[in-house]
Amino acid sequence: MIAILGLAIGLIGGLIIEPEVPDALRPYLPIAVVAALDASFGALRAYLDDIFDDKVFVVSFLSNVIIAALIVYLGDKLGVGNQLSTGVVVVLGIRIFSNVAAIRRHIFHA
Amino acid sequence: MPDRPPSETDPVPTSNESPQGIDKLTKMVRTRPGRGQIIAGILLAMLGFGAVVQGRAVSEPDDYAGARRGDLITLLDSLDKARDRTEDRLRDLEATKLDLQDDSTNTQAALREAREEAGALAILSGTVGASGSGIVVRIDDPAGQVGASTLLNVIEELRDAGAEAIEINDTARVVAQTYFADETNGVSVDGTVVSSPFIIDVIGHSHTLSEAVEFPGGVAEIVESLGGSVDVDERDTVDVTSLAVRREPAYAQSAE
Repeated sequence: MIAILGLAIGLIGGLIIEPEVPDALRPYLPIAVVAALDASFGALRAYLDDIFDDKVFVVSFLSNVIIAALIVYLGDKLGVGNQLSTGVVVVLGIRIFSNVAAIRRHIFHA
Repeated sequence: MPDRPPSETDPVPTSNESPQGIDKLTKMVRTRPGRGQIIAGILLAMLGFGAVVQGRAVSEPDDYAGARRGDLITLLDSLDKARDRTEDRLRDLEATKLDLQDDSTNTQAALREAREEAGALAILSGTVGASGSGIVVRIDDPAGQVGASTLLNVIEELRDAGAEAIEINDTARVVAQTYFADETNGVSVDGTVVSSPFIIDVIGHSHTLSEAVEFPGGVAEIVESLGGSVDVDERDTVDVTSLAVRREPAYAQSAE
């Protein structure tokens, strides 16, 4: 419940505050969001598997975000920022799909 | 949401198996918020916030981001052409501006010349007052012997000496067409009667003018022979304030 509330508060806060993304963070935010999404779906799946642990969730969430940002940063420095961003998004996308598939099996038994 | 006991309508686990799928989700939503839920809530708030911010950043208007290369080239070409046209127009307008400025300068020069000429002519024709260096001639005539012809002699001498503006007794301006006539109580100058003492204000080269009056055998001696006296005073500033009688040419027309 608190989790859903938190999500709602974050969305509304973003809508109300309308912050400008600082230019330094501009390339990393989308990747970070995708990484956080992956961690969140992973957590939901773990919960349904009865192996949810908040510590694991926190660590995976933060490390996902940080590693995604780091990869993009590294890519920018190496001149392959776009390709690496695409790679990260693809990998995270696959993980999100597989997590959602697991969740789906739990809920719909199919 | 407060934790409440399951009611009849709520889906409840019907077996002893561990709760499955939707039941688990329902339970998750209902459970009393624990530490894990709070942390998950905070992280999800960050996620939502970031997602919205990013979504807004992406949806900022960028009209040409999705345009194809060909479209962009066409657009660029049309902008170039528009710029060329505008620059042509700018050049035309600047040329026109220069023309107009020239015209205006010429007109102003002509106007200034015409004004100067008009000023000179106005002084000569006596339609405006004048001031400048010159002399004041005082003719005393106790015997009443100085008449129109003597006065005219004096004026002619002054004209010969380059007098530019002449007036008598501050009332009668003397110009080219001025006539002198004897009257019982003095001399009529263009209809204005002046009488002794005649005080003649003259603008011109003051030394030349005084020489013209005082040279031996000149008008001064003539006046003195008539029993009068002539007194010449050279001044730096002589004011001629009276105006000549206004004359419109009845026969002559401008030849231009």
